[in-house]
Amino acid sequence: MSKRTIRGKTAVAGIGETTYYKHGQSPDPEIVLVLQAILKACEDAGISPKEIDGFASYSNDRNEPTRLAAALGINDLRFSNMNWGGGGGGVAAAVGNAAAAVAVGYADCVVAFRGLAQGQFQRFGRAAPVPTVSGDPAYMSPYGVMSPLQKYAMRAMRFMHENKVDHSVLRAISMASYHHAQNNPRAVMYGRPLSEEKYDDSRWITEPCRLFDCCQENDGAAAVIIVSAEKAKDLKQKPAYILGAAQGSDHRCGAPVMNAANFPSSSFASLAPRLYEMAEVTPKDVDVVQSYENFTIGVMMAVVEHGFCEPEECNEFFQLENLTAPSGKMPLNTSGGNLAECYMHGLGLQIEAVRQIRGDSANQVPGTNVALNIAGPMVHHVSTVIMGSEATL
Amino acid sequence: MSNTYLPEGMPIPVPMNDGLDKPYWDGLQGGKLLIQRCGDCGTWQWGPEWICHECNSFNMEWTEVEGEGTIYSWERAWHPVHPALNGHGAYITVLVELPNAGNVRMIGNLLGDPAQEVKIGATVKSVFEKHDGDTPYTLVQWRVAD
Repeated sequence: MSKRTIRGKTAVAGIGETTYYKHGQSPDPEIVLVLQAILKACEDAGISPKEIDGFASYSNDRNEPTRLAAALGINDLRFSNMNWGGGGGGVAAAVGNAAAAVAVGYADCVVAFRGLAQGQFQRFGRAAPVPTVSGDPAYMSPYGVMSPLQKYAMRAMRFMHENKVDHSVLRAISMASYHHAQNNPRAVMYGRPLSEEKYDDSRWITEPCRLFDCCQENDGAAAVIIVSAEKAKDLKQKPAYILGAAQGSDHRCGAPVMNAANFPSSSFASLAPRLYEMAEVTPKDVDVVQSYENFTIGVMMAVVEHGFCEPEECNEFFQLENLTAPSGKMPLNTSGGNLAECYMHGLGLQIEAVRQIRGDSANQVPGTNVALNIAGPMVHHVSTVIMGSEATL
Repeated sequence: MSNTYLPEGMPIPVPMNDGLDKPYWDGLQGGKLLIQRCGDCGTWQWGPEWICHECNSFNMEWTEVEGEGTIYSWERAWHPVHPALNGHGAYITVLVELPNAGNVRMIGNLLGDPAQEVKIGATVKSVFEKHDGDTPYTLVQWRVAD
């Protein structure tokens, strides 16, 4: 039996994004945002929307493929996929699932997408107004552990304690995103730079995180179109090949009441090695990293777990100059990411990786061949994709 | 003056509708801290599940444990995300390891000054916090041991 892999078999051929809005400020309903993003991705790829034959998403996206297929007039819907689990841990998995479907012949042209209109629907950062709770929330909500940050801050607090990590690490991660957003007119924080003083003076949200350690909440939609490597070569754009994709988490990561075996972790400990094995690259080969920032604390642990530095080296490694394009050791979140471009539930970061491979990022890392895209650190089902240029095949 | 660490109006815990964790909540009302332990292989388990994660036996038992542990991690929340917390100010939540129950972890608030320095590794003891009302329940809270 030949080695089972999706390496190099598919590529991102098209990317599409709506205007990014602050939460609740989209003038359009969520479904319209999603349709706009998909149509833009088709235009970018140079294909007809009628060629789409599959949809992949995550985090229980409300915009079902059957509705989208009917709305777009698709003739033959061949693949529909929802990655289980809330949060942004599924964004790279959605890209990977789309790639897998194309690689094995389930479908020929799959769109991975996400839409959010938090004015139309409930916000993420607020607790649901319910009088009673049961199951895992019964062991957390009555103690005031309700928001995503409150559910994950203790993982980082333990990690920082064990490895003597300074708060300067979190500040550098935040400042890298804001730094890059200043060159990106699409970014919601374009024209709003962040200084060390402004970061240090910002209020605590939940220790160890300050305001600028937390992602925005936004409205918008984004989509990427995945086709076979052969087809991608004939389309308009330079293909961003999928070299590897992995999802999951390690031993009992989702054990209730924070009883994961490997608690001071962003959930990538077992995933990263098998991702690199499939992609046939090492951390040294990676030119640029896009890491989902729900919170800077998750980026810190995810970068460590993907092998870019040892846990005890965080204070030296996470310096702003190491994290910025064009010449940092590990340019990070070069669009501004979830913190400063837009919280498109991480799909914007996948799109930024495609731009880096194409060579047209607003913060281009010269000669990028390999981009690594981390999704949803610290949630209990996470994913990562590695994309590459034609030179990596 | 309220006798509870957080204000009234927080979400009220109720047992799961399949009955899995009813013994835990009933135990707290009776002044007992009950944690799951496998009746076959002796593995401690928390939070509750129908099956032992070690040997996959369904013979899970509820065992009373002493309310003593060590602080494994903590957080201090400042920004209110629930209406009941508006204007309340900071509060501390701790993740407590129970060495007498296989080092399973429980979540609770750390009683006392919300501005206090929290030390990972400190010994803490449980305090049962009674909530009266139409749906009475008891929470396990923690205070630093003398």
